[in-house]
Amino acid sequence: MLELRLYLAQRISAAIMAPLVLLHLGVMIYAIQGGLSAEEILARTRGSLLWGGVYGLFVLAVALHAAIGLRNIMSEWWSLRGPLLNAFSWIIGFGLLIMGWRAVAAVVGA
Amino acid sequence: MHDSTSIQVRVWRGDAAGGDFADYEVPQQPSQTVLDVVTWIQRHADATLSYRFACRVGMCGSCAMMVNGVPRWTCRTHVNKVAQDNRLTLEPLRNLPVIKDLACDMTVFFDKWKAAEGHFSGSLTRDRPVAAISPRDRLRRAANAAIECINCAICYAACDVVSWQADYLGPAALNRAWSLQNDIRDTNRAARLQAVSANGGCMHCHSQQGCASYCPNELNPTASIAGLKRQAAGSFLKKKYPEHYA
Ligand code: SF4
Ligand code: SF4
Ligand code: FES
Repeated sequence: MLELRLYLAQRISAAIMAPLVLLHLGVMIYAIQGGLSAEEILARTRGSLLWGGVYGLFVLAVALHAAIGLRNIMSEWWSLRGPLLNAFSWIIGFGLLIMGWRAVAAVVGA
Repeated sequence: MHDSTSIQVRVWRGDAAGGDFADYEVPQQPSQTVLDVVTWIQRHADATLSYRFACRVGMCGSCAMMVNGVPRWTCRTHVNKVAQDNRLTLEPLRNLPVIKDLACDMTVFFDKWKAAEGHFSGSLTRDRPVAAISPRDRLRRAANAAIECINCAICYAACDVVSWQADYLGPAALNRAWSLQNDIRDTNRAARLQAVSANGGCMHCHSQQGCASYCPNELNPTASIAGLKRQAAGSFLKKKYPEHYA
């Protein structure tokens, strides 16, 4: 049943990522219109639960989606199986999660 | 030297230990099929050439080979449709172990049908009346769409996921399973859904339709596999996996 769970997790994470990407692009274009500087943008994101939540969720979805996708590729192209495949998948997933959340923390943290 | 009245044929000769191509010149005939070419070689050039066929009319599914790199049913493939510059290259089917020359070992292919629960399980005996099922019924139409499979393994040879992942059940077995999942008389659908969504099952399919492009009976295993994915995902999300399969 692992395959079925991974399959669903990858589809669900894709469904979360799609609207968030559009939101990200929309806000970016909107913010640039007024000629906001990095300082001014950070002033708005610091301490914001909303932006922390949005980007935190996005990073989670990316980490899941990419780890499962790369897991499939590693299994198909390099015939990785079992513990080695699991280890690589976890490393990729956690790596992305930590890097992503660090970036989110830098934008919303005080 | 060759002229337009003959075909230059390269045939893979060998066995599981390895092999190479041998060249033959075969006289061209009207309406000649690729299987006719192979038969000519065996009768007139080299009697030791091994290949497989039975019906010669596209029913039995035993004559499939790689023809100029493409899996085809050779008894229904006309030379003039596939020869390039009057040349043919014939190899045993991809993704299956070779026994000798153009005959490959189909054991794995059929084992995967079994692993996918590809057999019908009924609950009635022969003494009971035949189940009345309308041909217009939604499930019956879905079953019919996948049913005309001749087990030729052409789709299996065309599938890249099979070549990467030895335990992938493959398009033919999964297509068969989907046909049975839509047969309301079948009593084994929960176990079958579990079998086809386990590791090696339908989730591995990339949906790129290599199988559907080459199936000589124009079946669409990709669509069948998508049906299995929907069924497995739906029953999982409803927390009724694998009992909920309709
Ligand atoms: S659609 Fe799926 S089963 Fe068909 S060839 Fe592609 S991966 Fe294989
Ligand atoms: S689905 Fe088509 S290509 Fe595949 S085994 Fe059946 S008839 Fe052959
Ligand atoms: S010989 Fe039977 S399908 Fe070709």
